[in-house]
Amino acid sequence: MLSIDRRSFIKFAGAAGALQAVAGCASLGGRASIGRVVVIGGGFGGATAAKYLKKWEPGLDVTLVERNPRFISCPMSNLVLAGAQRIEDLTLGYEGLEKYGVRLVQDEALAFDPEKKQVRLARGEPLPYDRLIVAPGIDFLYDRIPGLNNPEAQAQVLHAWKAGPQTVALRRQLEALPDGGVFAIVIPKAAYRCPPGPYERASLVAHYFKQAKPRAKILILDANPDIVSKKGLFLKAWQELYPGTIEYRPNHELEDFHLASRTARFQVQDVKADLFNVIPAQRAGAIASPLITANQQWCGVEFLGFESVAIPGVHVIGDAILAAPAMPKSGFMANNHAKVAADAVIAALTGRAINPEPIIANTCYSFVSDAEAMHVASVHKYDPSQKTLVAVAGAGGLSSARSDLEGQHAHAWANNIWADTLK
Amino acid sequence: MPTNLLTPLAATLLLATLALPAQAAPTRYQVRAWAASCAACHGTDGSGKPGTHRLAGREQDELITALREFKAGKRPATVMHQHAKGYSDEQLELLAAWFAAQPKP
Repeated sequence: MLSIDRRSFIKFAGAAGALQAVAGCASLGGRASIGRVVVIGGGFGGATAAKYLKKWEPGLDVTLVERNPRFISCPMSNLVLAGAQRIEDLTLGYEGLEKYGVRLVQDEALAFDPEKKQVRLARGEPLPYDRLIVAPGIDFLYDRIPGLNNPEAQAQVLHAWKAGPQTVALRRQLEALPDGGVFAIVIPKAAYRCPPGPYERASLVAHYFKQAKPRAKILILDANPDIVSKKGLFLKAWQELYPGTIEYRPNHELEDFHLASRTARFQVQDVKADLFNVIPAQRAGAIASPLITANQQWCGVEFLGFESVAIPGVHVIGDAILAAPAMPKSGFMANNHAKVAADAVIAALTGRAINPEPIIANTCYSFVSDAEAMHVASVHKYDPSQKTLVAVAGAGGLSSARSDLEGQHAHAWANNIWADTLK
Repeated sequence: MPTNLLTPLAATLLLATLALPAQAAPTRYQVRAWAASCAACHGTDGSGKPGTHRLAGREQDELITALREFKAGKRPATVMHQHAKGYSDEQLELLAAWFAAQPKP
């Protein structure tokens, strides 16, 4: 209760300051602003937050800082590996956000100063803020894999877990793999970005091999004790569509990698393959380092507004957070986090009460061929007694079976969420 | 605590707390925030890009009936039956009313 009062106090104090700022601007003849919000990171979380802040409260000054010139979607990017989509099909511009009045800054955010309330940039002048939303996505923990902890090794052993040049490069490596070769996917321990993604990748590479190199094999080396997501649906698809192509080995946590001999070293054994795709363990993106509270990886937040538990006035959304129970690190969730955070930021800056019962949802589609997909869905509702978002019992679930219809739904979902995030 | 020790700020906070009972009827901001979740599949404000159902500007009764039937498992669906079960009947009614009130794109 005390902490809630303190939070209220911070918000009321912030609102009072904002009102003074409005009066000040008006007297100077400038544009009246309710407050300045800086959003760091233009992925599914950050871009959605910037859009909805302006859509819902046009009186805010909203600046989105993103280092890349264009948005490239991780969802659907495994289809590029299968040759079923081009990277251009998953690439969108940020210009759609300008019609809402979002100020776009293509730059690298280096750090933020919670005392001065400003974001330091690699090239531009520091950006002052009243509220900050940090949506940095993930960084990779290559320091846990000594043999890959250098740029030369990383240029050869790809992650392709951020869509873009790595996706295209991995497709080229797959094309160059001889028929009869072995492609190995190394999966880190959960929590990582996109729980079903590695298994979707194995399925779609198997789809490609079936067409182009039917004697090639796929080896899944998983740090987890079992398939993390959609297990039954994936196993059925592998058995029915790609019999004998995919071998799954659990409890394989990567300890090192020997580049010259193409050998992955696990506690249980050493494994050689012709082509490796190593998805390293992950943490919140570097800019969020001062906000990391859990396991030196993730940023703890409260779930009424995704405000950091480490630094008040700073919100963290997307893959970088320490997720609530049963909440996957997905683009859908990041998009939904963003709206709760945007609403909470507006509430704080305008002095209205925060939404006491956020409800968000998730649907993750996975393709198992160029046409067939299946989903997992969940609904997450705020529980005041546990002070977190909990998956609603009886809601959500899996596809009854993979289907072409769900493949069509997956494409429709992508087109809708890209537009909801960027247009 | 004697009232004469209440600072103006504390008094403001107390009033603010009293004005926000835990079981207040959902505000329009709350319904808007709930509806925003649906936009990930159904487009911003339910505007519906091709391949999904547009929700904006549909008849309220039509939307309520569909949501109730999804929740009860009486309407064929791939995923909507799983989402509808996550909401109370009142929340589904508020969402239907909200989408019905959005302009057709």
